[in-house]
Formats: sequence, structure tokens, C-alpha cells
Amino acid sequence: MEPVIRVEKLVKRYAGRGLGRRSAGFTAVDSVSFSILPGSTLALVGESGSGKSSIGLCLSCLEQVTSGQIWFEGRDVAALADKELRAVRPKLQMVFQDPAASLNPRWAVREIVAEPLLVQGRVARDDRAERAAQGLERVGLGAEYLERRPAELSGGQRQRVAIARALILEPKLLILDEVLSALDVSIQAQIANLLVELQRALGLAYLFITHDLRIAAYLADEVAVMDRGKIVEQGEAEKILRSSECAETQRLLGAARVERESVDAVRQR
Amino acid sequence: MNGTRGKTDLRRVLEVRDLCVGYGRRGGGVWRALSGVSFGVGAGEILAVLGESGSGKTTLATAMLRLLPGNGRITGGEILLEGRDLARMDAVELRRVRGSAVSIIFQEPSLALHPTIKVGEQIGEVLRAHATRNKRERSERVREILAKVFSGDIERIFSSYPHELSGGQQQRVLIAQAIACEPALVIADEPTASLDPTTQSEILVLFRSLRDALGIAFIFITHNPALLAGFADRVLVLYAGKVAEAGATRDVLFAPRHPYTQALLKCVPQVEPAGAVGRKSPLPVIAGAPPSLGVLSQGCVFEPRCEERMEICPVREPMSAVVGEGHEVACLKFSA
Repeated sequence: MEPVIRVEKLVKRYAGRGLGRRSAGFTAVDSVSFSILPGSTLALVGESGSGKSSIGLCLSCLEQVTSGQIWFEGRDVAALADKELRAVRPKLQMVFQDPAASLNPRWAVREIVAEPLLVQGRVARDDRAERAAQGLERVGLGAEYLERRPAELSGGQRQRVAIARALILEPKLLILDEVLSALDVSIQAQIANLLVELQRALGLAYLFITHDLRIAAYLADEVAVMDRGKIVEQGEAEKILRSSECAETQRLLGAARVERESVDAVRQR
Repeated sequence: MNGTRGKTDLRRVLEVRDLCVGYGRRGGGVWRALSGVSFGVGAGEILAVLGESGSGKTTLATAMLRLLPGNGRITGGEILLEGRDLARMDAVELRRVRGSAVSIIFQEPSLALHPTIKVGEQIGEVLRAHATRNKRERSERVREILAKVFSGDIERIFSSYPHELSGGQQQRVLIAQAIACEPALVIADEPTASLDPTTQSEILVLFRSLRDALGIAFIFITHNPALLAGFADRVLVLYAGKVAEAGATRDVLFAPRHPYTQALLKCVPQVEPAGAVGRKSPLPVIAGAPPSLGVLSQGCVFEPRCEERMEICPVREPMSAVVGEGHEVACLKFSA
């Protein structure tokens, strides 16, 4: 099977601020390569500052790459001009961590979900409302939510709206940047289930960015562990969890395992 | 109780009885954020308050220090800190108690610190308000306190501005502030929510070592049950402003009795689930949403979402029933 997206030697450098020593700049992503198959999930796992969100921004064409290629539908997206990007962006959509910050508080859900259609100028006004309703239904929200504003929704409902907006242009790849981290535990499970369902139904590929190895192991077919801009380990989720010898993976696992070990300790008492 | 650690003694530092807190709403009416919450904290005990958004956990933290926002009011109950009722203290007394007998650590350390004052001075401020007037003594004492929360580099931290420190270091500075006057009780409201998982576990280890070394009791407020197993002595589960279940950590996390606690814990994916649960297989969820706190419910607040509901549940409010040693559950399954 052809991968949906293939990233080769991606580098993202941010220019430094100020003068002299401080202007040295910062390499957020350092020669990273991976690919994602249709209908599958790659989880990028790492601590804050490891470069995982920068990769997400580069893939969704929101940041210019410094060097390297991003192959999507036979073209190197990284080399495209703004005008050409317009045709590509609908297929590479992003969902952010905090739905309260990524939804316009003054708009009704109907407007938020339909806005991408308006921007792309492809759909007549009457159709837009209908498509918005269909889009909401797909993420488990009824038509009664169409006229509500983000403040009238719970955190989980807002994240559903953000997902509906990302899906309305029928993308091939969803970039999910810490989409579960701001949610309550019981809501996390609901949204995780929704993501799995949508992937099955629509054959979507996911780039799932997270610091939580547990969720990554549950949702991802493949896990890539990042440390200081580099992928330090990559492979099948089960294998990484079971038999990783990489120090950074062990460190992340250790944090998750603290709980596990104490579970056993408590049980033995 | 067998479950509590050796450092914990039976002397209660804090005794909260039947605490009720309401928020006035713009259109009139009251939002009942807490109704009839009762619990105690022993000296040197770590009590975790577990709840999802809207359960009232932050209201509980702020009410205990009388820091509720303008429209919030304690409508009933007592908050006895070493025998004195915080709910009825006047402003002068409150100022004396806050920071010295009880202190609070907030979630976002970068917002809780003053951006243009060096951290050494910010910690010293707590001492100036309560104890040490002499400046030289004070800065010596601040270094001693910093040494309790940092493993080295004290001088650099002392003269740093908050923005020069990492999130984990900032949180340590806040902890230093909170313990500066060696209070009997420290309330921490989601203190690790904005930190990386590894930093998070370092901070939890620090809390435990402070409890062991100084005998400070902690109320640790969180939405994440995964943090608690090796950390808290007891767990109190809040749902819709009421205590659903309380008991030793071992009992509440590994033998939960309240249907809400059981459902909540099932939602957490395990570390090595891939083989056991199956990757991408549906995770258990709690159907529905928490109730509106604006209307007075007659029966159990969890009833509409409960999978084990009985005929009586919508009409009778459950009282807390003892199901084991120090283990209480507010469910009609046990109190009928």
C-alpha cells in the first residue's frame, strides 16, 4: 500500500531572537523521516520541547520547513507555493489541544463547522448548512447543537466540533495535536473511541501527537519516540512498550509505569 | 486503619463538616457547587480529591481558604482547621492563618509567580508576612527552604526570575512558598496538570518526601486517577458537588464500590493494554453528562448515568454508608 504521506529528512529551524549569542536559533526538528499508511495511526510521543508539535505544524503547511521533503499525492508539499497549497491544505487537517481556544467564541457551531467550505468557496450556502449538520452527526452531535455557541458546550462536545470542522473538507490525514490532554478522563475515552470509529469508517490516516505513552499505545499502529528534535525510536506500538532499550522511551515509560508498579505493590500488601 | 502509613497519626488537622457552597447566578438562582461535603485529614496524611470538571474540586480548594470568587458563598457547614472554624473567621484572623497554618498551591505556576521579582524574594515575602522580620535571617531561611525542594543550584534559583526557570522548577518554587512557614496543611489544586509526565512524577515524589520529613498534610486535588496509586494515603471521589466514595487509596482504586468510581476507573487505558484489551478496541465510557447543579435533585445525582440504578434511586438521596474499614460509599446499594 502507498503511504498517505511520506516525510523525508525534515528539518525545522527557528531563527533566534536578539543579537549575538542569542541569535543562534534553535533546531526544533532535526532530520526526521517517517510515513503513514491509509487508515493507520502514527503516534509521535515526547516531552514538551521535543519537536513533535513543530512536525505537526509543518505537515499541515502552517509552518515553512527549513529543509527536507513532505511527499503527499505525488508532490513535495514543502516546496509548493502558497497558491498551490490552497488545493492541498483541505486534505491535511489539524485538530488542536484546547478546543476552547481554537473555536471562535462568537460563532454558532453551524458557522464554525461550515467555515472551511466557505473559505474553499466550493459549496453553495444552502448546502453548507446541510453539510454542517451531517458533519456534526458524524461526530455524535445532533442538529440541536447547530445554533449553540462554544461556551454552551462541554469540553468533550467542543472537541467533537473541532473534529467535525477538520473533517468537513474530507481530508486524507488528520494531525491530532494533544487532542485528548485537556479533557477529563471519562471524556478522553469517548473521544478516543470516536477517533477509532472515524478512522475505520473513513479510512483516515492519523498523526497523533501526545506526551502520553499509554494513549499512544492504545490508539497507534506505530509509535515514534522523539527527543530533542530527533526520532530516537520507532516501531510497532506493542514492541516499543514491551522491549524498548532506548533511554528516552524508558524514561517516558517509567513515568507511566510508576503507577503500574505501585499498583502491584499495593496489591501484594 | 491498616491502609495508612506509619507517619500518619490519628490527630485530625482538618475536619470539614457538611460543607455547602453556592454560586449566585446572573439570572437569579443558585448553582450548588458543593452540597454536604464532609471529610477529615490526619496529620501528615496525603488525601487525594478526585473529580472531573464541574465536580466541585476547585471550589472545595478555594472555599477551604475562603478564596471563593465574589458570587461564591459558603452556605453551610464548618471547616475546622486544628479546631478553629475557617468558615467563620474574620479577615484579620484569616490573614494570620493563610500561609502559616494552611497554604495553597495553584495549577499554573507561571501565573502564580510575580514575573519581575526574583524568586528568593517572593519566598521571603511569606516569611516577612508571618515570621521573620530581619532581612538577613530571612534570606538565610529562604535558602534553607529552597534546599528542601531543590537538590542543588540553590544560589542560582534564589536570584532567578520566574521566566528563567522551567515549569517544574517554578512549581518547586511555589511549593517552597507553601511550606515556608511549615503549615500543618497544604492544599494543592492540580499542581502537576501542566507538567510533563516525568516532571510530574518528580513533583509527586517531592510531596511525599516533604510529608515524611516535615509531617505536613496534603490535600491533592486532581482529575487523573492514574497519579494516585503509589502516592496518596486516602482518596475522596467527588461527583456533582457530593462525596461519592472515600477510603484508603488501595480500597478506592482497586476495590471501588460506587458505580461512578467503578465506571471512571474503567475509562483509564492501562500501560500495557495492547495485548490485553486490544488496540483500538472500544474503551468503556460513562454515558451521558453530569447533572446541572442549578436544579435541586431529589435522588442520587449519579442516577441518570448509572448502570446499576434501582427503582428507589431517582427519589431518595443516598447517605454515606460504611462498606469497610474507613471506606464509605454514598450509594443506595449499600445504605438501603
